[in-house]
Amino acid sequence: MKMIKSPEELKKLKAEATERLYGKEKIRVRVHMGTSGLASGAKEIYDFIRLELEKRNIDADVIGTGDLGYSFAEPTIEVKRPGGNPVVFGNVDKLKADEIIEKYIKSGEYVDGILPVNYRSIN
Amino acid sequence: MPREKMQIMVCGGTNCSGTHGDSVIDNLKLEIEANALENDIRVLRTGCFGLCNLGPIVKIMPGETIYTKVTPDDAKEIVSEHIMKGRKVERLLYRDPSSKKPETTESELSSHKKQLRIVLRNCGIIDPENIEDAIAHDGYQALSKVLTEMQPLDVIKVIKDSGQRGRGGAGFPTGLKWEIAYKNMADQKYVVCNADEGDPGAFMDRSVLEGDPHSVLEAMAICGYSIGASEGLIYVRAEYPLAVHRLKIAIGQAREYGLLGKNILGTEFNFDISLRYGAGAFVCGEETALIHSMEGLRGEPTIKPPFPAESGYLGKPTNVNNVETFAGIPAIILKGAKWYSSIGTEKSKGTKVFALAGKINNVGLIEVPMGITLREIIYEIGGGIRHGKKFKAVQTGGPSGGCLTEKHLDIPIDFDNLIAAGSMMGSGGMIVMDEDNCMVSVAKYFLGFTVEESCGKCAPCRIGNKRLHELLGQISEGKAKPEDLERLRNMSQVIKDTALCGLGQTSPNPVLSTLDNFMDEYVAHVHDQKCPAGECKSLMRYIINKDNCIGCTACARACPVNAISGERKEVHFIDQSICIKCGTCKEKCKFDAIFIE
Repeated sequence: MKMIKSPEELKKLKAEATERLYGKEKIRVRVHMGTSGLASGAKEIYDFIRLELEKRNIDADVIGTGDLGYSFAEPTIEVKRPGGNPVVFGNVDKLKADEIIEKYIKSGEYVDGILPVNYRSIN
Repeated sequence: MPREKMQIMVCGGTNCSGTHGDSVIDNLKLEIEANALENDIRVLRTGCFGLCNLGPIVKIMPGETIYTKVTPDDAKEIVSEHIMKGRKVERLLYRDPSSKKPETTESELSSHKKQLRIVLRNCGIIDPENIEDAIAHDGYQALSKVLTEMQPLDVIKVIKDSGQRGRGGAGFPTGLKWEIAYKNMADQKYVVCNADEGDPGAFMDRSVLEGDPHSVLEAMAICGYSIGASEGLIYVRAEYPLAVHRLKIAIGQAREYGLLGKNILGTEFNFDISLRYGAGAFVCGEETALIHSMEGLRGEPTIKPPFPAESGYLGKPTNVNNVETFAGIPAIILKGAKWYSSIGTEKSKGTKVFALAGKINNVGLIEVPMGITLREIIYEIGGGIRHGKKFKAVQTGGPSGGCLTEKHLDIPIDFDNLIAAGSMMGSGGMIVMDEDNCMVSVAKYFLGFTVEESCGKCAPCRIGNKRLHELLGQISEGKAKPEDLERLRNMSQVIKDTALCGLGQTSPNPVLSTLDNFMDEYVAHVHDQKCPAGECKSLMRYIINKDNCIGCTACARACPVNAISGERKEVHFIDQSICIKCGTCKEKCKFDAIFIE
């Protein structure tokens, strides 16, 4: 049980969670898996990326999230390399996912299909 | 890891590539080849940067330098200076008009981006099934602040001062709603989240529940503290299985972490949330019908007053807010009323999430400050109309709303302006229509929806809408009489004035707004038996052009209903009384002899 019993404990957990989830500079992949993402095959891409990164010995966090809102380009994934800004790729099929792993994840080389962040966020 | 290669990104958004972004790409590639750099430098076409005012946009990596308003002629200088010598092309950098300081990176330029995410701040960012990811992104900090630093009336004041209005459709001020529920004394009160999103083409609430369920739970607890309720209920449609699944996980984790339940964060405050499933009836989005449905009764609305804030769920004071309304609350608490009310227009504050659907390039979810124009939404964020067709109208407010046309493109969008323009904000669905959409068919489609969804309790809605739908059917088949147009308008007005609830009172809106904006199309259907957009099949006639037909019999052999007759090598003829307008003959004809009238 991780009962949080006071505002201080919540603040502490926030710091711990941030450190645990984002503290270490490593490759992080977010696969957008809301209903629209899943309907266009995001689950398959999620499984593929997890499996292939493991096979290719690349240490990375792969997480599923809700949709980003780019329904016109689903499935979409976001890749963050250590020290870099997150980059979102659209219309990702297995072939594209493979290209992203080989080129962008391994050596930072961009591939077609980039969707720049077209919004501001309060985060 | 090898040193990062230099790469050039060129915005491929409709606005940029339309201006001359495509030739920018071509010229950059030519310059790179001319300098024999093609193995080292890549030119990529990306999606829209959201900086349409400053386009075409070129971004150079690494370094993230952004060049604005790039012309094809600038390609040479970008390659020779930046790429080859590493010197920025100063004249292509954006400069802030007041400080004259160049803004070169995306984050420095972000204030030029039209979209602002408050409600969607965590969607696509956090893992919705991991409460710690939500907590790492400020989750439950607002609740913590409220419980330890604020009195219920302080919270209500902040929400009132923020100017936030309900995102479910009607735009009632949230703070005022909370205040009324606060003032009505009772031994038990309830907080209800309306997640019965049912407009065709709308999926804002679903995306929030699937992407960031904790924000909604947190806001419901804040509301519970403010009005004095210890129980929350989420009325979510069973047709949203993923949203239900993630809500269940989120509620379970929040209980496990003590963020729901007894003595939250060590205070005296108790609050818990449970789910209620809707069967997908549109009318249950109306708050009284929703409450009846939760009580296990038929989902039928009742006359207000009494308002739910006086007598709602199980006869107790109940505060009902929409998903999007709740999801914005934690941000308002943390960043303050003043911040929130600085966004938007005078009477509509903050941002609104819209679901773009229909004949638009960038179908999807967007969040924009109130006061943005339709033109910005459709042509910049939405990337314009598909296949370069002409914009005709956009339906806002779903089946209760109306259509907005060319002449409304530059109106700042907010609750009041949309009503003045003959439509409404609604929950945020925007269905875009192009020149190929027949507006009579559009009105008929929405009326068909309300006829299906009418609960049948009151006669104007049950019978009136059915008659309206039939009349629209006759018009689209070319069987209506001229006086029917007046009947259509009168009947719509009567239904509007006499129906019991919001569903019935607003159901004729699509008819009235298309009559107001596209009378010529109605007249063409009624007087000339023609559908200008070519969508109403009954009014189309496939005709064989005598001069082109050589009598090859290909059309007659392909016709599934044998409507085409004629001897070999002689001109053929289509019997209009048999023809089902499937278009097969036109496809088969190799001589362009068949045309549509």
